[in-house]
Amino acid sequence: MSTVELTDVNPPYLFPAYQSTIRRAPREQLVVLPQDWFHELPGPAFGRIPLGPNDNDLTNQHEGRPHGQRLLLNGRLLDSDGRGVPQTLVEIWQANASGRYVDSADPAFMPLDPNFTGAGRTITDNDGRFTFRTIRPAPYPGELGSFYRPAHIHVSLFGPSLASRLITQCYFEGDPLIAYDAIAQSIPDPKARERLLLRLNRELCEPGGMDSAIAYDWTIVLRGRNATPMES
Amino acid sequence: MAPVAPSPSQTSGPLWGFALLFQGSEQAVDPDAPGAIELRGRVIQGDGRPLAWPDALIEIWQGEQLARTRTDGEGRFAAVVAKPSAGVLPDGRALAPCLNLAVFSRGLLKQLVTRIYFPDEEDANAADPVLELVPRARRDALVARPEGDALRFDIVLQGDGETPFFQF
Repeated sequence: MSTVELTDVNPPYLFPAYQSTIRRAPREQLVVLPQDWFHELPGPAFGRIPLGPNDNDLTNQHEGRPHGQRLLLNGRLLDSDGRGVPQTLVEIWQANASGRYVDSADPAFMPLDPNFTGAGRTITDNDGRFTFRTIRPAPYPGELGSFYRPAHIHVSLFGPSLASRLITQCYFEGDPLIAYDAIAQSIPDPKARERLLLRLNRELCEPGGMDSAIAYDWTIVLRGRNATPMES
Repeated sequence: MAPVAPSPSQTSGPLWGFALLFQGSEQAVDPDAPGAIELRGRVIQGDGRPLAWPDALIEIWQGEQLARTRTDGEGRFAAVVAKPSAGVLPDGRALAPCLNLAVFSRGLLKQLVTRIYFPDEEDANAADPVLELVPRARRDALVARPEGDALRFDIVLQGDGETPFFQF
């Protein structure tokens, strides 16, 4: 077994297949701070970010029902020692069932859904668990000359230390578009890429009727306070 | 417990504004609070062009302070912050007061994190153990400069005058 640095799980800054990295990736080495200098310091304080009790239900933010397949996201947030990360903020954002974001910067190739915004927030429980009720986002076409991105949900996490701040995306297991997506493929280790896959949880699916929902599990692992290089 | 491999980072993309920004999100402190300072700057990429709207999310953190803002069409951002108290390393050495700043953007597969130091803390900056790890010629890029009543901190992602970024 070989020892790998924790940072190897991440994509490189420069990944030319994802063109906008070419002018944005730093050329200089990052300044490495000794790990024990800051590992006792808490991470960014997220307490000012507004959070309502139903902010984790994206299907219930408007008068009507959103279009699309209901999705129950059954999440677990762990630190790199395998412990649940309690009481931390999880934010998600996504396209609607047609592949359109509400954001004013969306190119508007696809229609809005008046009953779906696509932004949610929640706090993990004492075991690091969290849930979102949403709809399955559609893949959407990128700029001219680029292919459809695989269906994905963006997620932003805080966590216990300055090193644990993470923005990432989750994908759906079995989606053939993942293999052609420069952003997903920028992750060098296929096993690391698989850690961004939502996996069907048949037991948690809610069958029957118009509210029938498909449940997916996703475990997210943040670098913890005692993150150390590990065996691969 | 056995170590678990962390989840990899992915870009924020350009379409996060409706979800991550909120009323007053650019104000880490109340603008009327004593010590509140406007911090402004511009983010540019390797060819000198700005990280213009909608791409770049700027987050500033330190202690209880958190600000989020989006660059405009010229790559400019502004936030309201306060100078934090100085910290101490586990070995007892003093740290100069500073703010952490993270850039998330389309084209950044992981955030870039830098540190903003204060121009009126020359002695503390000269003795700061983190700045000592930065090549001397690049240290000035981490010290904000006064601009009227505000502080100015520009960020160069790549090439000439590249801002030093940190790996925790």
